[in-house]
Amino acid sequence: MTDHPSEATRPTPGRAFLGLLERDLAALRRNLAEFVLRTAVQPLMFVFVFTYLFPKIGQGFTGAGGASFATILLPGLVAVAAVFSGITAVGMPLAIEFGATREIEDRAMAPAPVWMIAVEKVVYGALHALASALFVFPLVYLVPATPVSVHVANWPLLLVVLLLASAISGALGLTLGTIVKPERIGLMFAVVVLPLTFLGCVYYPWERLAPVRWLQVLVLANPLVYVSEGLRNALTPTLPHMPSWAFLLAMVACLAGLLALGIWRFLARVVT
Amino acid sequence: MEPPAISVQGLVKVYGGPAPVRAVDGIDLDVAPGETFGLLGPNGAGKSTTVGVCTTRVRATAGRVTVAGIDVSADPTRAKAQMGVVTQFNTLDRALTVRQNLYHHCRYFGMARAGARRRADEMLDRFRLEDKAVGMTMLLSGGMAQRLQLARAVAHRPRVLFLDEPTAGLDPQSRLALWEIVDELKAEGVTVLLTTHYMEEADSLCNRVAIVDHGKVLVSGPPAELRRSLGAGTLITLHLADPDGLRPGLEALPGVTKVEPSPEGLRVLAVSADRVVPQIVAAALGHGLSDLAVTEPTLETVFISLTGRDLRD
Repeated sequence: MTDHPSEATRPTPGRAFLGLLERDLAALRRNLAEFVLRTAVQPLMFVFVFTYLFPKIGQGFTGAGGASFATILLPGLVAVAAVFSGITAVGMPLAIEFGATREIEDRAMAPAPVWMIAVEKVVYGALHALASALFVFPLVYLVPATPVSVHVANWPLLLVVLLLASAISGALGLTLGTIVKPERIGLMFAVVVLPLTFLGCVYYPWERLAPVRWLQVLVLANPLVYVSEGLRNALTPTLPHMPSWAFLLAMVACLAGLLALGIWRFLARVVT
Repeated sequence: MEPPAISVQGLVKVYGGPAPVRAVDGIDLDVAPGETFGLLGPNGAGKSTTVGVCTTRVRATAGRVTVAGIDVSADPTRAKAQMGVVTQFNTLDRALTVRQNLYHHCRYFGMARAGARRRADEMLDRFRLEDKAVGMTMLLSGGMAQRLQLARAVAHRPRVLFLDEPTAGLDPQSRLALWEIVDELKAEGVTVLLTTHYMEEADSLCNRVAIVDHGKVLVSGPPAELRRSLGAGTLITLHLADPDGLRPGLEALPGVTKVEPSPEGLRVLAVSADRVVPQIVAAALGHGLSDLAVTEPTLETVFISLTGRDLRD
């Protein structure tokens, strides 16, 4: 066996963290086509039918204050792409690594504290979410037949909203991945992802729910609402939207809550 | 004297819940650097839990464990850097190829990119996995998957290697191939702690073994010494239709050290096979003797004589 100086191991938690991140990105690179299809098809079909086909066949919606439905949808669909990308990128693989393959037993042996291994998953989920959002944006901007009015008045706000949304996505993936059994993933999409999407202020601004007051209050428990509203504020400020302080505060609270729950569950499952 | 590579002192693990289970009930072990130590015992004896505590995956209820001198509960991160682990399940990274499994493992342990690539190729060559390098791990046979797990576990040159039931479920040929590799690692001075319920495995690989049952060490020492402790050089297994009443007669024979019931009929431990076998046969004929096997005692015999049970019970 030849020993070479470059083969020296210098284990540190930081290197283990970056090594794990490099591994996740390598696995993503192997499945790039899958990433593209998974991310693109749903929003593409949505904007194609509702904002291209409907206007063409004269079966249109008119959005709030005369804004086109396409304008309302744009921040909403970007929010959906970002928030749920964490479930596919982190949640589903993690559920399988914990429940079926027990691969986590190997990942947990990387020379880093276990909480840091959990945080790595959140960071990877966040990068994945950011990529998904940036990837979906041109689709929902270019496909509609009716004009989409995007106007970024406050770039720092957009950046903060995107970063918080991405982190929430990763933390949501970690939490669900440590709670849901692999055989229940299909069910999770039906009972978690679908209701969150339809009641996530994706297809309508939150303010317009006022006539259905109980629903307007109920949806405040849904983190997606704040991401949709935040992006609406940052990208399409002509539409009604929540005040910045409200969604920023709520996003930070969602992130903190999901991170705490996800890391706690991760620790409990890795070290028995 | 060199400090032990693994030290387990007063280890207790109770799994909580409505019906608490005392999986480990006061285990003490010291494994010297370079030694191959086996934990031998039936399923549920507490072997895997002990390895779980050593490898930072299971929190001890009481006791202290150090690996390479590092307290595993006080400083698990530094302890993990010193160890390689092969679990009884296939925990290979299914999203990556065989080579990537080795490469990324080296990266977790802080190896530079070029070094990790070189080391991965070196391990592929040494563990005869080059042909499979670009394939996904799902395509590997059981024996090859286990070889890759072992390659991965030693790729970062750990000082201590933990093998938890490394050959469970493998065909005999793959098992022998794996033993050969473990022998090579021993020769390189790696400290190995392995658990097994195959007595031949403990016997042929380990410098010392501890026989474990119900979370306690029953006896420990070099395999040959444990076998000698029976005070018998021969094990005679009698297949009997009707063993009732035969035992006292056999126990009275000169040279017989112990007689105990077995699934086949009776098991007789004797100082040697000379002279005593004809006498046993003569005594057993009236009890429906259909077959008789004369073997050397094994670690399993030691286990049986200590617990009255088979390892596979």
